[in-house]
Amino acid sequence: MRRLEPLIFEISKPGRKAYSLPALEVEKKPMSEYLPAGELRTTPAELPEVSEVDVVRHFTRLSQLNHGVDIGFYPLGSCTMKYNPKINEEAANLPGFTDIHPYAPEETVQGALQLMYELQEYLAEIAGMDKVSLQPAAGAHGELTGIHIIRAYHKSRNEAARTKILIPDSAHGTNPASGVLAGFQTVQIPSDSRGGVDIEALEKVMDETVAGLMLTNPNTLGLFDENIEKIQEIVHKKGGLLYYDGANANAIMGIARPGDMGFDVLHFNLHKTFSTPHGGGGPGSGPVAVKKELAQFLPVPVVEFDGQKYYLNYDVPNTVGRMKSFYGNFLVMVKAYAYIRSLGPDGLREASQDAVLNANYILRRILEYYDLPYDRHCKHEFVVSPQRIKKETGCHTMDISKRLLDYGVHPPTNYFPLIVDEAIMVEPTETESKETLDYFADALIAIAKEAYSNPEMLHKAPHTTVVGRLDEAGAAKNPRIRWQKGM
Amino acid sequence: MNYLPNTPKDREEMLKTIGVKSIEELFSDIPPALRFKGDMKLPAALSESEVAKLMRELAAKNTAQDFATFIGAGAYDHYVPAVVRHVLGRSEFYTAYTPYQPEVSQAVLQSIFEYQTMICELTGMDAANASMYDGASAAAESVTIASGLTRRKTALVSRSVHPETRGVTETYAKGHDITVKEVPFENGVTSVKELEKMLSGDVACVVIQQPNFFGNIEPVDEISSKVQAAGATLIVQVNPMSLGVLRPPAEYGAEIVVGEGQVFGNPMAFGGPFLGILAVKNKYLRRMPGRLVGETTDNRGQRGFVLTLQTREQHIRRERATSNICSNEALNALAATVYLSWLGKEGIKELAEHCVAKAHYLADAISGLKGYELAWKTPFFNEFAVKCPVDPEKIVKSLVEKKILAGYPLGRTYPELKDHLLIAVTEKRTKKEMDDLLAGLEGLA
Repeated sequence: MRRLEPLIFEISKPGRKAYSLPALEVEKKPMSEYLPAGELRTTPAELPEVSEVDVVRHFTRLSQLNHGVDIGFYPLGSCTMKYNPKINEEAANLPGFTDIHPYAPEETVQGALQLMYELQEYLAEIAGMDKVSLQPAAGAHGELTGIHIIRAYHKSRNEAARTKILIPDSAHGTNPASGVLAGFQTVQIPSDSRGGVDIEALEKVMDETVAGLMLTNPNTLGLFDENIEKIQEIVHKKGGLLYYDGANANAIMGIARPGDMGFDVLHFNLHKTFSTPHGGGGPGSGPVAVKKELAQFLPVPVVEFDGQKYYLNYDVPNTVGRMKSFYGNFLVMVKAYAYIRSLGPDGLREASQDAVLNANYILRRILEYYDLPYDRHCKHEFVVSPQRIKKETGCHTMDISKRLLDYGVHPPTNYFPLIVDEAIMVEPTETESKETLDYFADALIAIAKEAYSNPEMLHKAPHTTVVGRLDEAGAAKNPRIRWQKGM
Repeated sequence: MNYLPNTPKDREEMLKTIGVKSIEELFSDIPPALRFKGDMKLPAALSESEVAKLMRELAAKNTAQDFATFIGAGAYDHYVPAVVRHVLGRSEFYTAYTPYQPEVSQAVLQSIFEYQTMICELTGMDAANASMYDGASAAAESVTIASGLTRRKTALVSRSVHPETRGVTETYAKGHDITVKEVPFENGVTSVKELEKMLSGDVACVVIQQPNFFGNIEPVDEISSKVQAAGATLIVQVNPMSLGVLRPPAEYGAEIVVGEGQVFGNPMAFGGPFLGILAVKNKYLRRMPGRLVGETTDNRGQRGFVLTLQTREQHIRRERATSNICSNEALNALAATVYLSWLGKEGIKELAEHCVAKAHYLADAISGLKGYELAWKTPFFNEFAVKCPVDPEKIVKSLVEKKILAGYPLGRTYPELKDHLLIAVTEKRTKKEMDDLLAGLEGLA
């Protein structure tokens, strides 16, 4: 039976232990003989005192309070919650990968370097780009790296007056945040009536003060921007660069390549498109790919091959510098590598095809109750709005989502993108069966009917989870962000 | 293998519902000129057993995993107990994402709350976030926090801070027009005299590392009083394992503590994924980057946990967010939480003491070898620099044959220390391994 679990601190008992240490074998003097007495800790940190059984039961019981892809459907839009193959996990747990020090001599880590080198090549091919850095630790980190590269590019051309980055109003929140973090002012571009970039508005703001445009394609509405050729022309003509946010790349593998669309820099999210899991929020991996003119700006080091051996190249003339210690999230790369080798070129394309098929299928099944802001075929995800339901029953997206929890489904992304009122953003991914998609569509329809027959049922949802609806406003008003002894 | 459950018949039915004749039709809005034609130049698909074999072969091309590792320099070979791998292998944790729906994410949320508590306990800070990418990016973002609060635009970073932390800090600082200046070291620790000279009215923060990159104990009280007098923020990057024996940075006036949490239950993994620790005093709370978990109650009156103070974050605040971070290192933070539960109040002290005792055994023995001497007489934790009679790069290369990773040649990042080798000792190193290293060093002198 699932039930709430006390905090690990609350089951602590003085004197109880789980750990064991190897024999010391050497003399141990009082610490004050090694270290300045004034630097020694006098009060021990209040860490729990528990047995190994306590540790295992605590975290196992706790785990049962979580939804994950392995438990059920997780159609969280723009997050690509696809199935995570178990062989990838096994591969990443091999001691030959886990137990190697990042500063070990290159001749002792040739397997790791080969894997990284080949992954760089694979990602470049999928992206239609020339050169890849695996250093960024997540998508947003890739964005920041990419924007720093754009900044370095303009600086190298003595065009430091380019102080703006253009971002569509449908973009992920990380885009404007990354632009600002890299020192740019961000300018929002409105969407047109078909959900794409408003070309006229773009032309109006695109001038020599603009460093580049960040674009997700397909965008967060799940729509491919049909005007991409025109967009790249407008931006490039005025000397700007195009950044591709790869969060939605699951729609296009082997179907269209950002490099061919005219993008200059991109990041991929290995934890999304390449199925390394999301880990409850991380670790991710956000490799950056660039066209060859921009390779001189990549962060150091990059992995190279001289025909005999693989090595780390720190000699990148105009590098933006370092984005992270060491070389990136290596074990995540291992999983992405195994995934690409499993699927091969055809498998990747078929994955994107089915991801798009699955999304369109759900979309068409629920339209009797949910409104579609832009009536087009979607790509790997779509956005609908329960406007009629809201108007006629007072039930909101939040209520529908919370009620979905009672159906054993993780809700879609809510209230995003911001340009759609009460947005519900659904991304089913290719690894879900028609039965699962039908179950989800049926649930959304049933909930819509419940909204009319019993709106209270939705307002008070969820009913079947171990905890009910949580007071988020209260948590923010009076933040309690740690346990304290005697609390 | 492609993990697709749809059968041809499923696809046919679905296309019919959608009202199109083929999947191809769903892509008709992509301009024809941009459609990718032909095959991507990637190796052909493999079965699971072939992939398993391939991955084993690649892993076996590495040899460092079988060596006795005396390299530290930011990544340490501590033992990772089986319980950590066991818990991390539970897919309720690893196949979830950021806990946006708290009602079905209490496992991730509560474990982060426990993690935040442990980090506060160890550092003496008031608040710890759910994790950053690594220690280096945590340090870089902490400089932004301090600059934002003090409205000053210079950051002083000690040269005794990890070179890669300094590198990342410099990259990040470019975006905020923050000038990063380096404080020189003297006798293996930050030069307080030089620091004092550099502390102008525009200094937002001073970043030091304790123990520093050379393993040495910094004169933190002296540094802290100078920093406070200048109205700047003291940022300390810690090796969190050292906090088993060293006093929490809050006791000497640190206001932001960052650190590389790899040492807590995460393998060296060729440098990642690691765990960026970021903890602050209350006045910096609302400037913190990243996820933060808070306690609350549900509509049935039960305790529960949620993401909180989210108005700092990019998905709400967009260009006005405190950072762009979204995905973090949650699973590595879980590893740290399980590890610290396993180690407990006594264990972290005992383990840290073992590291200290073993490192000092080795340091004493090396300084007795002809031609070798300790670089400085400064107290150290579990890592120390040795001045060598031969090129440290040559030492490292030679000892590879004996399956020993002798250390980190400091000349790679400190030209002024090119005959110095940085050696780290964890609880895993046996007396025999240390004696083998000694014999190896002696043979090369």
